[in-house]
Amino acid sequence: MNPTSAASGDAIGATTSAPKILYCHCRYAQVVPANVKNDVLRRLCESQAPFEAVPDLCELSARKDPTLATLARDGAVKIAACYPRAVKWLFAAAGHPLVASQTEVLNMRTLPSAEIAEALTSGQLRPNLPLDHTPPSASASQPANNAV
Amino acid sequence: MALSDPQICVHLRDEGGPGSVSVDARFQAISALLEQGFRVAYGQPPSADGGQGADETVAVVEAKSEPDFASFPEKALRSAEAARERSGAPKPGGWLPWFPVIDYDRCTNCMQCLSFCLFGVYGVDTAGKIQAQHQDNCKTNCPACSRVCPEAAIMFPKYKSGPINGDTVSDSDLQREKMKIDISALLGGDVYALLRDRSERARSRFGKERDADKALAERQKCLTKLGEIMADVPAEVLASLPSPEQIARRAEEAKARAQQALAGT
Repeated sequence: MNPTSAASGDAIGATTSAPKILYCHCRYAQVVPANVKNDVLRRLCESQAPFEAVPDLCELSARKDPTLATLARDGAVKIAACYPRAVKWLFAAAGHPLVASQTEVLNMRTLPSAEIAEALTSGQLRPNLPLDHTPPSASASQPANNAV
Repeated sequence: MALSDPQICVHLRDEGGPGSVSVDARFQAISALLEQGFRVAYGQPPSADGGQGADETVAVVEAKSEPDFASFPEKALRSAEAARERSGAPKPGGWLPWFPVIDYDRCTNCMQCLSFCLFGVYGVDTAGKIQAQHQDNCKTNCPACSRVCPEAAIMFPKYKSGPINGDTVSDSDLQREKMKIDISALLGGDVYALLRDRSERARSRFGKERDADKALAERQKCLTKLGEIMADVPAEVLASLPSPEQIARRAEEAKARAQQALAGT
């Protein structure tokens, strides 16, 4: 097991520069409640904080969009999308892995919009990506022979 | 729509200074742009070196202060559409981004997904590691491969429930030894006879999702639906769709490729 740091959810205090904000509209599915998405977006507009909004993070991952590289490498980032585990591996699949200590994912499938918006625009970063872990190789855990 | 098609990013900036455009107008503009498939960067100037992403075309919409704020969303959308026309980028919606996302914290590289997938979504990189390489081959709403992964390493972020949607996988859900499935048995054998602890499926939350006969049924549904979609295709073409026996053979071939890849690592 090779754990990396900063996935405990503890705040690491105000960052020296404001974290970048990424909002995913999840355009191609209805798994994020529409009222949550719209309320988060509206509150971002009200805050006048700079942010990037993408129609669908899954689509960007499949395209290996270079935007993901910029977001992943250039300091702290807060992402309003879905489950942290899914977001972590969407970025990795695109070839632009997120830095666990610099990333906070707000799950619009489970959290209230007010809480998400407040977290996005606060100066504090609460990293919450799943810890890196090296699983055993398949040669060490071959599929069991289930023959009766 | 190809995954390599040019993308448009709209850089939205208040030329009149913050607050010159009403929040409503800004929200409506950004919502409309997102719904039309445009990325939006608000409050950030476009980067001269493309550092914000190598966009094929960038449309800068300056939100000048104007009496009729209602026109701002329309103006933003028109500018973006004009940029799309110039770049030749296709309209959105041509491809639904449904595809497997591998959690490499869990994946053991066993290659069962490679063997199982009917549509050639999976491949192996130069280091022998399993990858989803042809995302646009994946059939929308089919999560069958995630159900045969013994490590719960395959996610579909747009799936309705966990852990396939990316929710955490608990140890109680995952009964690793008991859920490993002989793929060749799925294709031609007695599924029920070859699964261990069938009663565990009913008790395990994840077992309800990770169900071998459900996986097989979904895979067969994909084939049936192909036939329905292609109803106007000549009979001789339909006859070339894979039969269950061909599926079994292809799975064996995929399994052999996977074993070669594993042997090489």
